[in-house]
Amino acid sequence: MHEMAITQSVVDAVCEHAAGRRVHSVKLEVGALCAVVPDSMQFCFELATEGTLAAGARLDLDVQPGSARCRSCGQSFELRDLILLCPCGSADVEVLAGRDLKILSMEVS
Amino acid sequence: MCATCGCGDDSALITLAGDDHHHHDHLHDHSHEHDHVHTETVTLETKVLAKNDLIAERNRQWLAERRILALNITSSPGAGKTTLLERTIRELGVSRSVAVVEGDQETLLDAERIRAAGARAVQVNTGAGCHLDADMVHRAMNALDPVPESLLFIENVGNLVCPALFDLGEHSKVVVISVTEGVDKPLKYPHMFAASALVLVNKIDLLPYVDFDLETCTDHVRSINPAAEILPTSATRGDGLDAWYDWVLTAAPPPKSVYP
Repeated sequence: MHEMAITQSVVDAVCEHAAGRRVHSVKLEVGALCAVVPDSMQFCFELATEGTLAAGARLDLDVQPGSARCRSCGQSFELRDLILLCPCGSADVEVLAGRDLKILSMEVS
Repeated sequence: MCATCGCGDDSALITLAGDDHHHHDHLHDHSHEHDHVHTETVTLETKVLAKNDLIAERNRQWLAERRILALNITSSPGAGKTTLLERTIRELGVSRSVAVVEGDQETLLDAERIRAAGARAVQVNTGAGCHLDADMVHRAMNALDPVPESLLFIENVGNLVCPALFDLGEHSKVVVISVTEGVDKPLKYPHMFAASALVLVNKIDLLPYVDFDLETCTDHVRSINPAAEILPTSATRGDGLDAWYDWVLTAAPPPKSVYP
């Protein structure tokens, strides 16, 4: 359940930046290769925001697909999991996207 | 101002948590249900684990100043991390000071084993937590105060999922997998294997009794992490441990006395 620790980090950062304002929604970018389960984060967010400036806020998750580039054939392709294999058969691939876990923005009033 | 009735101004808006209706000082009745709180978008663009990563970076700097090599040792429960460390302390501790941060949900058992093996140890009990984070390690290092040029092993909570995400400030992550676990572990827990610089395949003394093909396991690790080094070991019998010690000493900063 590392999602709880991660969600807690989100809530801490958001409340710090909110500086006393009420937080209505938070937008997160979750890379598909991040080892974070979106549903689990939603569940944790409700718990972690309780009694904070972000209580009742909505969590919007923008799941970014993983992508990689093959160093052998030069092709870029979507990476669904961490098995680094190009359709051409080469395992010499570079992960380009899908590993980021970022707080993009929030709505405050 | 209120988009429905046009009353009020933005600064006077008071919103109760969980209540979408605003409250004005005037008395006219409007029972509309829509959410019309005037909000402002704040762009953050920060990494979720920025705070952990910052503390981890401070840990890394603290370690570098003291020329201490820190390794974050992970595995599933029971793969042999503590046994490996006990033997490493006895055999490598002769030439290089060793200290250990022990992470477990409960008990001081592992720290006591490490102390009995001859190294200084501090136990971090995470309670419900499933991993160590950079701040726990920061506090553990303060309590432990490892001597300069020593080796610091951070034995993470037995778990192949969560510790993959948390930078502790270590030089490298080392993952231990035992032959009793099956060759598919790297595929089932790819994040941990992707994050590790070294994979120790432990308990190879049991190979005659289990259905475990070392080559298949190696292929699986390579499919996740082509750069990882893979060393077969038996922490109880001693197989492969010289290669492990070589790896550790190569990763460690050379003692200052090497330079005149």
